[in-house]
Amino acid sequence: MAETRTVARTGVRRTPTTYVLRFVVAAYLFLLVAWPVSLVVVHTFEDGFTSLEGILSDPDVVTALWLTVRVAVIAVVINTVFGVGMSLLLVRQEFPGKRLLSALIDLPLSVSPIVVGLALVLVYGGRNGWLGPTLESAGFRVIFSTPGIVMATAFVALPLVIREVVPVLHEIGTEQEQAARSLGASSAQTFRRITLPAIKWAVVYGVVLSLARSLGEFGAVKVVSGNVLGQTRTATLVVEEKYLNFDQQGAYATAFLLAMVSVACIVIVAIIRPKEERR
Amino acid sequence: MSTTNTLDRTSGVGLGIAMTWFSLLVLIPLSAVVFTAAGGGWDLFWRTVTGEQTAAAIRLTVGQAALVTVVNVVMGTLIAWVLVRDHFRGKALLEVLIDIPFALPTIVAGLVLLALYGKDSPLGIDVANQRSAVFLAFLFVTLPFVVRMVQPTLAELDKEVEEAAASLGASRVTTFRRVILPSIVPAITAGAALSFARGVSEYGSLVLLSGNLPFRTEVTSVRILSSIENNNLAGAAATATVLLVISLAVIVLLDVLQRRVSGRG
Repeated sequence: MAETRTVARTGVRRTPTTYVLRFVVAAYLFLLVAWPVSLVVVHTFEDGFTSLEGILSDPDVVTALWLTVRVAVIAVVINTVFGVGMSLLLVRQEFPGKRLLSALIDLPLSVSPIVVGLALVLVYGGRNGWLGPTLESAGFRVIFSTPGIVMATAFVALPLVIREVVPVLHEIGTEQEQAARSLGASSAQTFRRITLPAIKWAVVYGVVLSLARSLGEFGAVKVVSGNVLGQTRTATLVVEEKYLNFDQQGAYATAFLLAMVSVACIVIVAIIRPKEERR
Repeated sequence: MSTTNTLDRTSGVGLGIAMTWFSLLVLIPLSAVVFTAAGGGWDLFWRTVTGEQTAAAIRLTVGQAALVTVVNVVMGTLIAWVLVRDHFRGKALLEVLIDIPFALPTIVAGLVLLALYGKDSPLGIDVANQRSAVFLAFLFVTLPFVVRMVQPTLAELDKEVEEAAASLGASRVTTFRRVILPSIVPAITAGAALSFARGVSEYGSLVLLSGNLPFRTEVTSVRILSSIENNNLAGAAATATVLLVISLAVIVLLDVLQRRVSGRG
Protein backbone atom coordinates (compact mmCIF):
# COMPACT_ATOMS: atom_id res chain seq x y z
CA MET A 1 0.00 0.00 0.00
CA ALA A 2 2.83 2.36 -0.79
CA GLU A 3 0.57 5.17 -1.79
CA THR A 4 2.63 8.27 -2.41
CA ARG A 5 1.40 11.78 -2.15
CA THR A 6 3.24 14.80 -3.33
CA VAL A 7 3.53 17.75 -1.04
CA ALA A 8 3.54 20.87 -3.13
CA ARG A 9 5.35 23.05 -0.62
CA THR A 10 8.50 20.98 -0.37
CA GLY A 11 8.29 18.74 -3.37
CA VAL A 12 9.15 15.72 -1.21
CA ARG A 13 7.64 12.39 -2.14
CA ARG A 14 6.41 10.79 1.06
CA THR A 15 5.98 7.09 1.58
CA PRO A 16 5.40 5.11 4.78
CA THR A 17 9.20 4.65 4.91
CA THR A 18 9.58 8.42 5.25
CA TYR A 19 7.50 8.40 8.41
CA VAL A 20 9.22 5.30 9.82
CA LEU A 21 12.66 6.86 9.32
CA ARG A 22 11.50 10.16 10.77
CA PHE A 23 10.15 8.37 13.83
CA VAL A 24 13.30 6.25 14.31
CA VAL A 25 15.55 9.32 14.15
CA ALA A 26 13.36 11.37 16.50
CA ALA A 27 13.09 8.51 19.01
CA TYR A 28 16.85 7.85 18.92
CA LEU A 29 17.70 11.51 19.55
CA PHE A 30 15.02 11.79 22.22
CA LEU A 31 16.33 8.79 24.18
CA LEU A 32 20.01 9.57 23.71
CA VAL A 33 20.04 13.36 24.09
CA ALA A 34 16.79 15.21 24.78
CA TRP A 35 15.42 13.18 27.66
CA PRO A 36 18.70 12.79 29.61
CA VAL A 37 19.57 16.48 29.22
CA SER A 38 16.10 17.60 30.29
CA LEU A 39 16.42 15.50 33.47
CA VAL A 40 19.28 17.72 34.63
CA VAL A 41 16.91 20.67 34.48
CA VAL A 42 14.28 18.69 36.37
CA HIS A 43 16.72 17.62 39.09
CA THR A 44 18.11 21.13 39.45
CA PHE A 45 14.69 22.67 40.08
CA GLU A 46 13.21 19.86 42.19
CA ASP A 47 13.23 22.16 45.22
CA GLY A 48 12.69 25.38 43.34
CA PHE A 49 15.73 27.61 43.31
CA THR A 50 17.31 26.30 46.54
CA SER A 51 20.04 24.21 44.94
CA LEU A 52 21.01 26.96 42.51
CA GLU A 53 21.07 29.48 45.35
CA GLY A 54 23.06 26.95 47.36
CA ILE A 55 25.93 26.71 44.90
CA LEU A 56 25.88 30.40 44.06
CA SER A 57 26.31 31.30 47.72
CA ASP A 58 29.23 28.88 48.13
CA PRO A 59 32.35 31.05 47.75
CA ASP A 60 34.45 28.09 46.52
CA VAL A 61 31.98 27.35 43.72
CA VAL A 62 31.77 31.01 42.76
CA THR A 63 35.60 31.17 42.65
CA ALA A 64 35.60 28.05 40.45
CA LEU A 65 33.00 29.55 38.10
CA TRP A 66 34.99 32.76 37.75
CA LEU A 67 38.21 30.82 37.13
CA THR A 68 36.44 28.81 34.43
CA VAL A 69 35.12 31.94 32.72
CA ARG A 70 38.49 33.70 32.90
CA VAL A 71 40.40 30.70 31.55
CA ALA A 72 37.87 30.13 28.76
CA VAL A 73 37.97 33.78 27.64
CA ILE A 74 41.79 33.83 27.53
CA ALA A 75 41.92 30.49 25.67
CA VAL A 76 39.28 31.65 23.16
CA VAL A 77 41.12 34.92 22.47
CA ILE A 78 44.39 33.04 21.90
CA ASN A 79 42.70 30.46 19.66
CA THR A 80 40.84 33.09 17.65
CA VAL A 81 43.97 35.10 16.85
CA PHE A 82 45.95 31.92 16.16
CA GLY A 83 43.09 30.36 14.23
CA VAL A 84 42.40 33.29 11.90
CA GLY A 85 46.11 33.82 11.26
CA MET A 86 46.76 30.13 10.66
CA SER A 87 43.73 29.83 8.33
CA LEU A 88 45.00 32.73 6.20
CA LEU A 89 48.45 31.14 6.01
CA LEU A 90 47.07 27.70 5.12
CA VAL A 91 44.71 28.97 2.41
CA ARG A 92 46.46 32.00 0.96
CA GLN A 93 50.12 31.01 1.11
CA GLU A 94 52.28 28.22 -0.20
CA PHE A 95 55.20 26.98 1.86
CA PRO A 96 57.05 23.72 2.39
CA GLY A 97 55.40 21.45 4.96
CA LYS A 98 52.00 23.06 4.56
CA ARG A 99 50.14 19.82 4.02
CA LEU A 100 51.71 18.23 7.10
CA LEU A 101 50.88 21.29 9.19
CA SER A 102 47.30 21.30 7.94
CA ALA A 103 46.90 17.68 9.03
CA LEU A 104 48.61 18.20 12.40
CA ILE A 105 46.31 21.11 13.24
CA ASP A 106 43.44 18.63 13.57
CA LEU A 107 45.37 16.42 15.98
CA PRO A 108 44.08 18.05 19.20
CA LEU A 109 40.52 16.99 18.27
CA SER A 110 41.37 13.31 18.51
CA VAL A 111 43.88 13.27 21.39
CA SER A 112 42.56 12.08 24.73
CA PRO A 113 42.27 14.95 27.23
CA ILE A 114 44.25 12.87 29.72
CA VAL A 115 47.08 12.53 27.18
CA VAL A 116 46.94 16.31 26.65
CA GLY A 117 47.36 16.81 30.38
CA LEU A 118 50.18 14.26 30.56
CA ALA A 119 51.96 15.87 27.59
CA LEU A 120 51.86 19.31 29.23
CA VAL A 121 53.04 17.91 32.58
CA LEU A 122 56.00 16.18 30.89
CA VAL A 123 57.17 19.48 29.38
CA TYR A 124 56.07 22.10 31.91
CA GLY A 125 56.02 20.11 35.16
CA GLY A 126 57.90 22.01 37.88
CA ARG A 127 60.12 19.13 39.00
CA ASN A 128 60.98 16.92 36.04
CA GLY A 129 59.54 18.68 33.00
CA TRP A 130 61.66 19.52 29.95
CA LEU A 131 61.12 23.26 30.39
CA GLY A 132 59.29 23.40 33.72
CA PRO A 133 62.24 23.76 36.14
CA THR A 134 63.79 26.56 34.05
CA LEU A 135 60.49 28.43 33.87
CA GLU A 136 59.86 27.93 37.55
CA SER A 137 63.27 29.26 38.57
CA ALA A 138 62.38 32.31 36.49
CA GLY A 139 59.27 32.59 38.67
CA PHE A 140 56.77 31.33 36.11
CA ARG A 141 54.70 28.39 37.24
CA VAL A 142 52.65 26.55 34.60
CA ILE A 143 51.50 23.22 36.02
CA PHE A 144 49.20 23.37 39.08
CA SER A 145 48.53 26.99 38.19
CA THR A 146 46.35 29.11 35.89
CA PRO A 147 48.75 29.18 32.87
CA GLY A 148 48.64 25.38 32.75
CA ILE A 149 44.85 25.39 32.80
CA VAL A 150 44.80 27.98 30.00
CA MET A 151 47.23 25.89 27.92
CA ALA A 152 45.23 22.68 28.42
CA THR A 153 42.04 24.51 27.42
CA ALA A 154 43.66 26.19 24.41
CA PHE A 155 45.06 22.81 23.29
CA VAL A 156 41.73 20.98 23.19
CA ALA A 157 39.86 23.79 21.40
CA LEU A 158 42.70 24.67 19.00
CA PRO A 159 41.29 23.49 15.62
CA LEU A 160 37.71 24.76 16.05
CA VAL A 161 38.14 28.29 14.64
CA ILE A 162 40.37 27.00 11.82
CA ARG A 163 37.85 24.34 10.80
CA GLU A 164 35.17 27.02 10.39
CA VAL A 165 37.29 29.68 8.67
CA VAL A 166 39.31 27.59 6.18
CA PRO A 167 36.36 26.44 4.01
CA VAL A 168 34.96 29.99 3.84
CA LEU A 169 38.34 31.40 2.78
CA HIS A 170 38.48 28.79 0.02
CA GLU A 171 34.99 29.67 -1.09
CA ILE A 172 35.38 33.46 -1.30
CA GLY A 173 38.50 33.18 -3.44
CA THR A 174 41.06 35.93 -3.92
CA GLU A 175 39.55 38.16 -6.62
CA GLN A 176 38.31 40.89 -4.29
CA GLU A 177 41.50 40.83 -2.27
CA GLN A 178 43.57 41.15 -5.43
CA ALA A 179 41.39 44.03 -6.65
CA ALA A 180 41.88 45.84 -3.35
CA ARG A 181 45.62 45.28 -3.50
CA SER A 182 45.86 46.52 -7.07
CA LEU A 183 44.00 49.66 -6.05
CA GLY A 184 46.75 50.32 -3.55
CA ALA A 185 45.35 48.93 -0.29
CA SER A 186 47.90 47.64 2.22
CA SER A 187 47.67 44.05 3.49
CA ALA A 188 46.25 45.32 6.78
CA GLN A 189 43.60 47.35 4.95
CA THR A 190 42.74 44.46 2.63
CA PHE A 191 42.32 42.17 5.60
CA ARG A 192 40.20 44.62 7.58
CA ARG A 193 38.00 45.83 4.71
CA ILE A 194 37.69 42.76 2.46
CA THR A 195 38.71 39.50 4.11
CA LEU A 196 37.44 40.03 7.64
CA PRO A 197 33.85 41.00 6.66
CA ALA A 198 33.69 37.90 4.45
CA ILE A 199 34.84 35.47 7.15
CA LYS A 200 33.07 37.30 10.00
CA TRP A 201 30.37 34.68 10.57
CA ALA A 202 32.77 31.76 10.29
CA VAL A 203 34.88 33.39 12.99
CA VAL A 204 31.80 33.91 15.14
CA TYR A 205 30.82 30.20 14.88
CA GLY A 206 34.38 29.20 15.63
CA VAL A 207 34.45 31.45 18.68
CA VAL A 208 31.11 30.23 20.01
CA LEU A 209 32.09 26.57 19.57
CA SER A 210 35.51 27.20 21.15
CA LEU A 211 33.84 28.94 24.06
CA ALA A 212 31.52 26.01 24.69
CA ARG A 213 34.42 23.57 24.44
CA SER A 214 36.68 25.70 26.66
CA LEU A 215 34.13 26.19 29.45
CA GLY A 216 33.56 22.46 29.58
CA GLU A 217 37.08 21.04 29.44
CA PHE A 218 37.53 18.49 32.17
CA GLY A 219 40.14 15.74 31.73
CA ALA A 220 43.11 17.84 30.61
CA VAL A 221 42.38 20.45 33.26
CA LYS A 222 42.10 17.75 35.92
CA VAL A 223 45.64 16.56 35.17
CA VAL A 224 47.35 19.97 35.00
CA SER A 225 45.41 21.92 37.63
CA GLY A 226 46.08 19.94 40.77
CA ASN A 227 42.42 20.63 41.60
CA VAL A 228 43.13 22.91 44.56
CA LEU A 229 39.92 24.11 46.22
CA GLY A 230 39.37 27.83 45.73
CA GLN A 231 42.50 28.19 43.58
CA THR A 232 42.75 25.88 40.58
CA ARG A 233 39.42 24.04 40.76
CA THR A 234 37.27 24.77 37.73
CA ALA A 235 33.50 24.37 37.34
CA THR A 236 33.68 20.92 35.71
CA LEU A 237 35.89 19.68 38.55
CA VAL A 238 33.30 21.00 41.00
CA VAL A 239 30.63 18.81 39.34
CA GLU A 240 32.77 15.70 39.81
CA GLU A 241 33.79 16.55 43.37
CA LYS A 242 30.22 17.34 44.47
CA TYR A 243 28.82 14.17 42.91
CA LEU A 244 31.48 11.95 44.45
CA ASN A 245 30.82 13.57 47.84
CA PHE A 246 27.13 12.69 47.58
CA ASP A 247 26.08 16.30 47.07
CA GLN A 248 23.87 15.40 44.10
CA GLN A 249 21.90 18.66 44.27
CA GLY A 250 25.09 20.71 44.07
CA ALA A 251 26.40 18.55 41.22
CA TYR A 252 23.17 18.89 39.23
CA ALA A 253 22.95 22.64 39.83
CA THR A 254 26.55 23.23 38.67
CA ALA A 255 26.02 20.89 35.70
CA PHE A 256 22.85 22.83 34.88
CA LEU A 257 24.77 26.11 34.70
CA LEU A 258 27.39 24.55 32.40
CA ALA A 259 24.78 22.80 30.25
CA MET A 260 22.78 26.03 29.93
CA VAL A 261 25.79 27.88 28.55
CA SER A 262 26.69 25.14 26.06
CA VAL A 263 23.11 24.73 24.85
CA ALA A 264 22.88 28.52 24.50
CA CYS A 265 26.05 28.44 22.36
CA ILE A 266 24.59 25.76 20.09
CA VAL A 267 21.27 27.59 19.74
CA ILE A 268 23.06 30.85 18.90
CA VAL A 269 25.04 29.07 16.18
CA ALA A 270 21.86 27.42 14.86
CA ILE A 271 20.10 30.78 14.68
CA ILE A 272 22.90 32.65 12.89
CA ARG A 273 23.93 29.91 10.48
CA PRO A 274 20.85 29.81 8.22
CA LYS A 275 21.01 33.60 7.78
CA GLU A 276 24.56 33.25 6.62
CA GLU A 277 23.70 30.50 4.17
CA ARG A 278 20.85 32.50 2.66
CA ARG A 279 23.29 35.33 1.99
CA MET B 1 54.02 19.79 -4.81
CA SER B 2 53.77 22.47 -2.17
CA THR B 3 57.48 23.26 -2.29
CA THR B 4 56.79 26.68 -3.81
CA ASN B 5 57.01 29.44 -1.32
CA THR B 6 54.83 32.55 -1.50
CA LEU B 7 55.55 33.94 1.95
CA ASP B 8 56.43 37.63 2.11
CA ARG B 9 58.03 39.15 5.19
CA THR B 10 54.81 39.80 7.14
CA SER B 11 53.32 36.38 6.59
CA GLY B 12 56.72 34.79 7.20
CA VAL B 13 56.89 36.41 10.63
CA GLY B 14 53.25 35.42 11.24
CA LEU B 15 54.01 31.81 10.35
CA GLY B 16 57.04 31.90 12.66
CA ILE B 17 54.99 33.12 15.62
CA ALA B 18 52.14 30.70 14.92
CA MET B 19 54.54 27.76 14.61
CA THR B 20 56.34 28.71 17.85
CA TRP B 21 53.05 28.71 19.74
CA PHE B 22 51.85 25.52 18.03
CA SER B 23 55.13 23.80 18.89
CA LEU B 24 55.14 24.94 22.52
CA LEU B 25 51.50 24.00 22.99
CA VAL B 26 51.08 20.84 20.90
CA LEU B 27 54.13 19.46 19.10
CA ILE B 28 56.75 19.55 21.87
CA PRO B 29 54.41 18.21 24.59
CA LEU B 30 53.16 15.36 22.36
CA SER B 31 56.75 14.51 21.40
CA ALA B 32 57.58 14.47 25.10
CA VAL B 33 55.00 11.71 25.54
CA VAL B 34 56.60 9.57 22.83
CA PHE B 35 60.16 10.33 24.03
CA THR B 36 59.29 9.46 27.62
CA ALA B 37 57.72 6.21 26.46
CA ALA B 38 60.79 5.42 24.35
CA GLY B 39 63.15 6.48 27.14
CA GLY B 40 62.41 3.35 29.16
CA GLY B 41 63.35 1.13 26.22
CA TRP B 42 61.22 -1.20 24.11
CA ASP B 43 61.01 -3.84 26.86
CA LEU B 44 59.47 -1.50 29.41
CA PHE B 45 57.10 -0.12 26.80
CA TRP B 46 55.97 -3.56 25.73
CA ARG B 47 55.64 -4.79 29.31
CA THR B 48 53.50 -1.75 30.20
CA VAL B 49 51.07 -1.95 27.33
CA THR B 50 50.73 -5.73 27.50
CA GLY B 51 50.39 -5.70 31.27
CA GLU B 52 47.12 -7.46 32.13
CA GLN B 53 45.19 -4.44 33.40
CA THR B 54 46.41 -2.04 30.70
CA ALA B 55 45.82 -4.55 27.92
CA ALA B 56 42.28 -5.15 29.22
CA ALA B 57 41.65 -1.40 29.25
CA ILE B 58 42.95 -0.98 25.68
CA ARG B 59 40.87 -3.95 24.47
CA LEU B 60 37.72 -2.57 26.10
CA THR B 61 38.28 0.94 24.74
CA VAL B 62 39.07 -0.11 21.18
CA GLY B 63 36.31 -2.74 21.14
CA GLN B 64 33.56 -0.42 22.40
CA ALA B 65 34.76 2.45 20.18
CA ALA B 66 34.60 0.14 17.15
CA LEU B 67 31.12 -1.06 18.09
CA VAL B 68 29.89 2.50 18.60
CA THR B 69 31.41 3.52 15.28
CA VAL B 70 29.41 0.80 13.51
CA VAL B 71 26.21 2.07 15.16
CA ASN B 72 27.13 5.63 14.19
CA VAL B 73 27.73 4.70 10.58
CA VAL B 74 24.19 3.34 10.34
CA MET B 75 22.37 5.80 12.61
CA GLY B 76 24.46 8.81 11.58
CA THR B 77 23.78 8.22 7.89
CA LEU B 78 20.11 7.68 8.64
CA ILE B 79 19.89 10.88 10.69
CA ALA B 80 21.72 12.85 7.99
CA TRP B 81 19.33 11.41 5.38
CA VAL B 82 16.24 12.44 7.32
CA LEU B 83 17.64 15.92 8.04
CA VAL B 84 18.46 16.54 4.37
CA ARG B 85 15.61 14.83 2.53
CA ASP B 86 12.66 15.12 4.91
CA HIS B 87 10.88 18.30 5.90
CA PHE B 88 8.78 18.51 9.01
CA ARG B 89 8.08 20.76 11.96
CA GLY B 90 10.62 20.42 14.73
CA LYS B 91 13.49 19.55 12.40
CA ALA B 92 15.41 22.58 13.67
CA LEU B 93 15.15 21.13 17.16
CA LEU B 94 16.72 17.85 16.01
CA GLU B 95 19.58 19.86 14.47
CA VAL B 96 20.24 21.43 17.86
CA LEU B 97 20.04 18.04 19.64
CA ILE B 98 22.77 16.65 17.39
CA ASP B 99 25.23 19.37 18.36
CA ILE B 100 24.56 19.16 22.09
CA PRO B 101 26.95 16.22 22.73
CA PHE B 102 29.70 18.23 21.07
CA ALA B 103 29.21 21.30 23.23
CA LEU B 104 28.14 19.72 26.51
CA PRO B 105 31.03 19.35 29.01
CA THR B 106 31.91 15.66 29.15
CA ILE B 107 31.49 15.43 32.91
CA VAL B 108 27.99 16.88 32.51
CA ALA B 109 27.34 14.35 29.73
CA GLY B 110 28.14 11.57 32.19
CA LEU B 111 25.85 13.05 34.83
CA VAL B 112 23.08 13.54 32.29
CA LEU B 113 23.23 9.91 31.14
CA LEU B 114 23.31 8.76 34.74
CA ALA B 115 20.05 10.62 35.35
CA LEU B 116 18.21 8.51 32.75
CA TYR B 117 20.24 5.31 32.69
CA GLY B 118 21.56 5.21 36.27
CA LYS B 119 20.24 3.63 39.43
CA ASP B 120 17.22 5.96 39.72
CA SER B 121 16.36 5.46 36.06
CA PRO B 122 12.75 6.37 35.23
CA LEU B 123 13.02 3.69 32.51
CA GLY B 124 14.27 1.00 34.86
CA ILE B 125 17.47 0.65 32.83
CA ASP B 126 20.56 0.81 35.01
CA VAL B 127 23.85 0.66 33.12
CA ALA B 128 25.96 2.33 35.83
CA ASN B 129 29.23 0.46 36.45
CA GLN B 130 28.45 -1.93 33.57
CA ARG B 131 30.28 -2.39 30.30
CA SER B 132 27.20 -1.03 28.58
CA ALA B 133 27.89 2.27 30.36
CA VAL B 134 31.07 2.63 28.30
CA PHE B 135 29.09 1.90 25.14
CA LEU B 136 26.39 4.43 26.07
CA ALA B 137 28.87 7.18 26.95
CA PHE B 138 30.77 6.66 23.67
CA LEU B 139 27.49 6.66 21.74
CA PHE B 140 26.51 10.00 23.26
CA VAL B 141 29.78 11.86 22.74
CA THR B 142 30.34 10.60 19.18
CA LEU B 143 26.81 11.32 17.91
CA PRO B 144 27.59 14.42 15.80
CA PHE B 145 30.56 13.17 13.77
CA VAL B 146 29.05 10.96 11.06
CA VAL B 147 25.92 13.13 10.80
CA ARG B 148 27.87 16.34 10.31
CA MET B 149 30.24 14.81 7.75
CA VAL B 150 27.50 13.17 5.67
CA GLN B 151 24.91 15.96 5.79
CA PRO B 152 26.65 18.50 3.48
CA THR B 153 27.66 15.81 0.96
CA LEU B 154 24.12 14.48 0.83
CA ALA B 155 22.70 17.98 0.39
CA GLU B 156 24.95 18.62 -2.62
CA LEU B 157 24.02 15.41 -4.43
CA ASP B 158 22.41 15.92 -7.78
CA LYS B 159 18.85 14.64 -7.56
CA GLU B 160 18.64 14.24 -11.34
CA VAL B 161 20.95 11.24 -11.25
CA GLU B 162 18.64 9.53 -8.77
CA GLU B 163 15.60 10.39 -10.85
CA ALA B 164 17.35 9.01 -13.91
CA ALA B 165 18.10 5.77 -12.07
CA ALA B 166 14.49 5.54 -10.89
CA SER B 167 13.13 6.21 -14.37
CA LEU B 168 15.32 3.42 -15.71
CA GLY B 169 13.51 1.12 -13.33
CA ALA B 170 15.86 1.01 -10.34
CA SER B 171 14.09 0.42 -7.04
CA ARG B 172 14.64 2.85 -4.16
CA VAL B 173 17.00 0.39 -2.51
CA THR B 174 19.01 -0.07 -5.70
CA THR B 175 19.13 3.68 -6.27
CA PHE B 176 20.43 4.19 -2.76
CA ARG B 177 23.01 1.41 -3.02
CA ARG B 178 24.28 2.15 -6.52
CA VAL B 179 23.84 5.91 -6.88
CA ILE B 180 23.77 7.60 -3.49
CA LEU B 181 25.96 5.39 -1.34
CA PRO B 182 29.12 5.53 -3.50
CA SER B 183 29.17 9.33 -3.37
CA ILE B 184 28.73 9.55 0.40
CA VAL B 185 31.11 6.73 1.35
CA PRO B 186 34.15 9.05 1.77
CA ALA B 187 32.12 11.30 4.10
CA ILE B 188 30.85 8.30 6.08
CA THR B 189 34.39 6.96 6.42
CA ALA B 190 35.69 10.34 7.58
CA GLY B 191 32.90 10.61 10.15
CA ALA B 192 33.53 7.05 11.29
CA ALA B 193 37.24 7.75 11.73
CA LEU B 194 36.51 10.86 13.83
CA SER B 195 33.94 8.99 15.86
CA PHE B 196 36.33 6.10 16.49
CA ALA B 197 39.14 8.47 17.53
CA ARG B 198 36.81 10.37 19.84
CA GLY B 199 35.55 7.16 21.44
CA VAL B 200 39.04 5.78 22.00
CA SER B 201 40.17 9.00 23.68
CA GLU B 202 37.04 9.60 25.78
CA TYR B 203 37.46 10.25 29.47
CA GLY B 204 35.14 12.79 31.11
CA SER B 205 31.76 11.21 30.44
CA LEU B 206 32.89 7.89 31.93
CA VAL B 207 34.13 9.19 35.27
CA LEU B 208 30.77 9.11 37.02
CA LEU B 209 29.05 6.59 34.77
CA SER B 210 31.28 3.54 34.41
CA GLY B 211 32.69 3.15 37.92
CA ASN B 212 36.17 2.61 36.40
CA LEU B 213 36.39 -0.99 37.58
CA PRO B 214 39.72 -2.60 36.54
CA PHE B 215 39.29 -5.39 33.94
CA ARG B 216 35.60 -4.51 33.55
CA THR B 217 34.86 -0.88 32.84
CA GLU B 218 38.24 0.81 33.08
CA VAL B 219 39.07 2.56 29.78
CA THR B 220 42.54 3.51 28.55
CA SER B 221 42.32 7.19 29.54
CA VAL B 222 41.38 6.26 33.11
CA ARG B 223 44.28 3.81 33.18
CA ILE B 224 46.69 6.56 32.07
CA LEU B 225 45.34 8.93 34.72
CA SER B 226 45.89 6.41 37.51
CA SER B 227 49.49 5.92 36.31
CA ILE B 228 49.95 9.71 36.45
CA GLU B 229 48.48 9.85 39.92
CA ASN B 230 50.84 7.06 41.06
CA ASN B 231 53.69 9.17 39.68
CA ASN B 232 54.46 6.49 37.07
CA LEU B 233 54.92 8.96 34.21
CA ALA B 234 56.89 6.49 32.05
CA GLY B 235 54.05 3.96 32.27
CA ALA B 236 51.47 6.66 31.57
CA ALA B 237 53.49 7.82 28.55
CA ALA B 238 53.74 4.25 27.20
CA THR B 239 49.97 3.74 27.28
CA ALA B 240 49.40 7.27 26.00
CA THR B 241 51.64 6.50 23.02
CA VAL B 242 49.27 3.72 21.98
CA LEU B 243 46.41 6.25 21.96
CA LEU B 244 48.54 8.77 20.06
CA VAL B 245 49.32 6.21 17.38
CA ILE B 246 45.58 5.62 16.93
CA SER B 247 44.94 9.40 16.75
CA LEU B 248 47.71 9.79 14.17
CA ALA B 249 46.36 6.96 12.06
CA VAL B 250 42.95 8.65 12.06
CA ILE B 251 44.50 12.00 11.12
CA VAL B 252 46.30 10.42 8.17
CA LEU B 253 43.09 8.75 7.00
CA LEU B 254 41.18 12.02 7.37
CA ASP B 255 43.82 13.95 5.50
CA VAL B 256 43.47 11.60 2.56
CA LEU B 257 39.66 11.68 2.69
CA GLN B 258 39.25 15.38 3.35
CA ARG B 259 41.11 16.25 0.20
CA ARG B 260 38.40 14.33 -1.62
CA VAL B 261 35.46 15.58 0.44
CA SER B 262 36.11 19.27 0.98
CA GLY B 263 39.23 20.03 -1.02
CA ARG B 264 40.99 21.69 1.88
CA GLY B 265 44.64 22.69 1.50
